[in-house]
Amino acid sequence: MDLSLSTRTEGDRTVVTVGGEIDVYTAPKLREQLIDLVSGGKYHLVVDMEGVDFLDSTGLGVLVGGLKRVRAHEGSLRLVCTQERILKIFRITGLTKVFPIHASVDEALAATD
Amino acid sequence: MPTVEVSFTALPAHVRTARLVALAVARRAGVNDQLLDEVRLAVGEACSRAVGVHQSKLPDQPVLMRLTDEQDRFVVEVVDGGPLDHEVAESDLDSLDPEELSAPADDVSGDQLPDLLPPGFGLAVISGLVEDVNVVSDADGTHVRMTWPAPDVMSPDAG
Repeated sequence: MDLSLSTRTEGDRTVVTVGGEIDVYTAPKLREQLIDLVSGGKYHLVVDMEGVDFLDSTGLGVLVGGLKRVRAHEGSLRLVCTQERILKIFRITGLTKVFPIHASVDEALAATD
Repeated sequence: MPTVEVSFTALPAHVRTARLVALAVARRAGVNDQLLDEVRLAVGEACSRAVGVHQSKLPDQPVLMRLTDEQDRFVVEVVDGGPLDHEVAESDLDSLDPEELSAPADDVSGDQLPDLLPPGFGLAVISGLVEDVNVVSDADGTHVRMTWPAPDVMSPDAG
């Protein structure tokens, strides 16, 4: 399974739906996508990871990079994920502290904190 | 003697193949289903790291992964040809500051990919994930050895 990416606009937010495996090989595609969005002035991102089957530290690095970029513009990067196997790597690295993680896209879109 | 040995060109595209092979052999060795995601992630981290080492130092030399189904355990060894960085050897997740890591930055684009996280992050993830892990560096290079329990369940009526 490769990586699939699609984006849509919801008000002032952009939802990035990611599917497949985010690893050392596919992470550059996600990175490009996030960079493109930020350079296009999209600073409030919701990354829907419900369709992600695998995430490694390279993928985490790309998400952290995205967070750094949107934060430079007072933006936000929210994750949607309920899968335990994906959440585990966020927990063991302590990154649950920096990413708001939501149970659904609707919840992430409604969040304002 | 390893049960399965995989030697692959140091390219990110092959890390997925290595993960799939490791997963198949782990399942066959009797590793508990609940541990398979851990095997997949840890093997991926070890192989990604080895690929990174070879790409910068030994692009023509393949990365080696040895999978061994022992009596009651499953052993994965990932071997790269580079020396272990002292700093990397001491990496651990406790010293990681998530806030500092995600500090706002506008100029992080255009760099090499894994550079967004500190060196040694992959190894730190492995240590945080796998109970039995041993990293040694010798004349051949660095060996990341990970062991999981694998009760011998391959009786004639076990699937």
